[in-house]
Amino acid sequence: MTDIIVIGAGVTGCGIARELARYDWKVTVLERASDVCEGTSKANSGIAHAGFDAFPGTMKAKLNVEGNRMMEALSKELDFPFRRNGSLVLCFDEEDRPKLQKLLEQGQKNGVKELRIIEREELKGLEPNISDNAVAALYAPTGGIVCPFNLTIALAENAAVNGVEFRLNTEVQKIEKIPEGYRVITNQGVLESRVVINAAGVYADRFHNMVSEKKIRIIPRKGEYCLMDKKVGNFVTRTIFQLPTKYGKGVLVTPTVHGNLLAGPTAVDIDDYEGVNTTRSGMEDLMKRAGLSVEGLPSRQVITSFAGLRAHAVTENEDFIIGQAEDAPGFFDAAGIESPGLTCAPALGRYLTALVLEYLPAAEKKYFVAERKGIPSMALAGPEERKRLIQENPLYADVVCRCELVTEGEIMDAIHRPLGATTLDGVKRRTRAGMGRCQAGFCSPRTVEILARELGKDMAEIGKNDEGSEFLTGYNKDGIV
Amino acid sequence: MKKELVIIGGGPAGLAAAIAAKENGVDDLVIIERDGRLGGILNQCIHNGFGLHTFKEELTGPEYAGRYIDKVLELGIPYKLNTMVVDLTQVSEGADAESGNEKADEAACRVQSGSKLVTVMNRQEGLYTIEAKAVILAMGCRERSRGALNIPGYRPAGIYSAGTAQRYVNMEGRMPGKEVVILGSGDIGLIMARRMTLEGAKVKLVAELMPYSGGLKRNIVQCLDDFGIPLKLSHTVVDIKGKERVEAVVVAQVDERSTPIPGTEEEITCDTLLLSCGLIPENELSGNLGVEMNPVTNGPRVNESLETDKQGVFACGNVLHVHDLVDYVSEEATQAGKCAAAYLQGRLSAGETAEPGKAGKQIPIRAVDGVRYTVPASLDPHRMEETQVVRFRVGNVYRDAAVEVSFNGKVVSSRKKKALAPGEMEQVILKKTDLEQFEGLEEITFAIRRS
Repeated sequence: MTDIIVIGAGVTGCGIARELARYDWKVTVLERASDVCEGTSKANSGIAHAGFDAFPGTMKAKLNVEGNRMMEALSKELDFPFRRNGSLVLCFDEEDRPKLQKLLEQGQKNGVKELRIIEREELKGLEPNISDNAVAALYAPTGGIVCPFNLTIALAENAAVNGVEFRLNTEVQKIEKIPEGYRVITNQGVLESRVVINAAGVYADRFHNMVSEKKIRIIPRKGEYCLMDKKVGNFVTRTIFQLPTKYGKGVLVTPTVHGNLLAGPTAVDIDDYEGVNTTRSGMEDLMKRAGLSVEGLPSRQVITSFAGLRAHAVTENEDFIIGQAEDAPGFFDAAGIESPGLTCAPALGRYLTALVLEYLPAAEKKYFVAERKGIPSMALAGPEERKRLIQENPLYADVVCRCELVTEGEIMDAIHRPLGATTLDGVKRRTRAGMGRCQAGFCSPRTVEILARELGKDMAEIGKNDEGSEFLTGYNKDGIV
Repeated sequence: MKKELVIIGGGPAGLAAAIAAKENGVDDLVIIERDGRLGGILNQCIHNGFGLHTFKEELTGPEYAGRYIDKVLELGIPYKLNTMVVDLTQVSEGADAESGNEKADEAACRVQSGSKLVTVMNRQEGLYTIEAKAVILAMGCRERSRGALNIPGYRPAGIYSAGTAQRYVNMEGRMPGKEVVILGSGDIGLIMARRMTLEGAKVKLVAELMPYSGGLKRNIVQCLDDFGIPLKLSHTVVDIKGKERVEAVVVAQVDERSTPIPGTEEEITCDTLLLSCGLIPENELSGNLGVEMNPVTNGPRVNESLETDKQGVFACGNVLHVHDLVDYVSEEATQAGKCAAAYLQGRLSAGETAEPGKAGKQIPIRAVDGVRYTVPASLDPHRMEETQVVRFRVGNVYRDAAVEVSFNGKVVSSRKKKALAPGEMEQVILKKTDLEQFEGLEEITFAIRRS
């Protein structure tokens, strides 16, 4: 019998696990995929939203503003990339000004600081490439950009270092109520726990509905994105949103914290909980709509596209579903965590932990280690830092990924850390190897080789992500008699 | 560290450039190679057909590279392996700066204005800067990725650029798939269609977006036709299926604007999709240096000396423009090496600053009417050798057309061609005497004329 089981190792589950780790509980995180950050957390805008979007009084509003405030200190504590670049919501039509004003007031009610409306001239001054059609904008200097992978991985690693057990490749199949708590049946055996926390993303409704009669419903809402080359990463410096118009909710154009340019997402409700495929129409649509925000969107610089699924909960006030299920004591939901879920994660973890403490009191750990040091980045290091790193470990001079300047030393770190990478995608998300303009064309064979060597496996056992995604199918001339 | 000449890249271009520079009197030079061996991408091109022009025999890629590597060793040209150039900058003119430049080696107290600072790193020597009087860019190119092609669908394992698959098969002896569809009929894709077949895979189809192949005719014959592999022109991949591993791709016909035609979709079961959809010169370092680029080639703009707009910085091979045959790379690189030597020995008079009437005037070469670009993009009749090879590619397939060269709008030569295709590089040789004799030459034009 364990104290707490968290289902799902996305940013929400990992954010919760990291806060739970402060207390004397036995905590296990169950994750279906082969790594943390394999679902929605890996395919989103990477935005630390300011907090003007959500209706005042909702959990979304509260946790967003709080999470945004926490992000900077957390990024230092856990060593992940974050930058407060500010965000702008563009208004293209004088008629829409009341909407802009309403958004401003909503933000102020939510407690967003420094919000103001700026006029075309100031807007052009801030962002020279902004569309000539923009008449005004809501400016939120507190908006930020964050690396969604490193945020999630940092939370997970720090939780792991503080005693949280992560079971990967472990898919929850069934949850049953037992007198002491819950029996959780997985593809890797049966576990029992006093408390279950449901952070299962688009699957959260299934698990909730296994134990509760108060049914909830999650709809996967697909969002497609196009990522552009670092060459055009400074095309805009702030995150550019659009006011929703009669043509629908707008898409954003933003620099990423790593210096690429990102456009997206679309918003299409789908039935397939695994439907992370991109579509021609989706990509065309998003680039067209992103093009409304700026003059001359460099669409020819797209280096990759991807899609993620928002876990949209069908509720009255469009809010998250957070807290203990009414008719299932000890079963806590963190469900329907769509945007701004990434921003909320640190605050959500803290909030939910407080709720669990009321249900299952525990003492604070005496030895909690709050700090985590990330993998050094040769690409970001200055000349002296680079020299120092190479002196420490010459493998930091051995470049594997030329586009993003990632070295063998960094890849080795990624593999040998707590919750280390075991897949190509795992290495990619931890180090950026393969995230550049050639999209792993040159480095993937070498990364596969290093993974195999370090994990004591054959290259044929190394995959992109989950089982079945291995790269090699055999030896030359295998099929020839 | 100081060097007269640094050659960035130890592939076919870098090797030939280094040999030419050395043979023309540059002794203080070094080749910087990021891989563990010299030869570049030729090392994984184990098929034959290389060197027909240069050596009048059919060599494999490694054999062809071997000829040049042997020469490099024989001449005692220094090279550094597993060494990455992480930055390339120039000391600004007139700034005989103290080495306050943070990238400079501490030993190099003073750097000369106009010097190039090549920051490199490797496992043995760490990170340091080489101050060079001249640099030859020979970094080669990369393949266009799935993302850059905007192919929709899932993102499973089993999607490789043709070159990546080539490395697995030819270098590691490992197969990246069993049932293959290839998108793009570039030369690497065609070569890999044959290689995968020879190694036991089933290549089901090569689909090409354009109404013509992007590869050499001989490769279509030898790699597809000889093995009964179908080639569908004006077709593309419109969807990729399979969540962990590719399970199928959907191929559709496209119209003349390359837009898929609804109703023509065909799902093809396969576990592998290889992409051979064009090569992109790797000019990130050139960008750091601020070299002027040609948006058509994605390579630097160069003059007759293969010199970029930055004095003492030369470019050759696939970093300059994508070639079809390595023989031409070697030829071009040889010229770059010679010119770099001439520059270092003060024999290459400076461009615009020279006296009037003598060297100094760059005549632009304009590519029009079907000619996409020329290399060089301009030339100085006084500075050029007795002859100058001008290489170019055409933008479409032409039958019985003529390559027309004009001086100031006046046609001076017209050469009939049975066939011209975008996949094959063309060349015209200009004579110094012809250019010098033409009064008031302001502009050279290259065009295709249909008969």
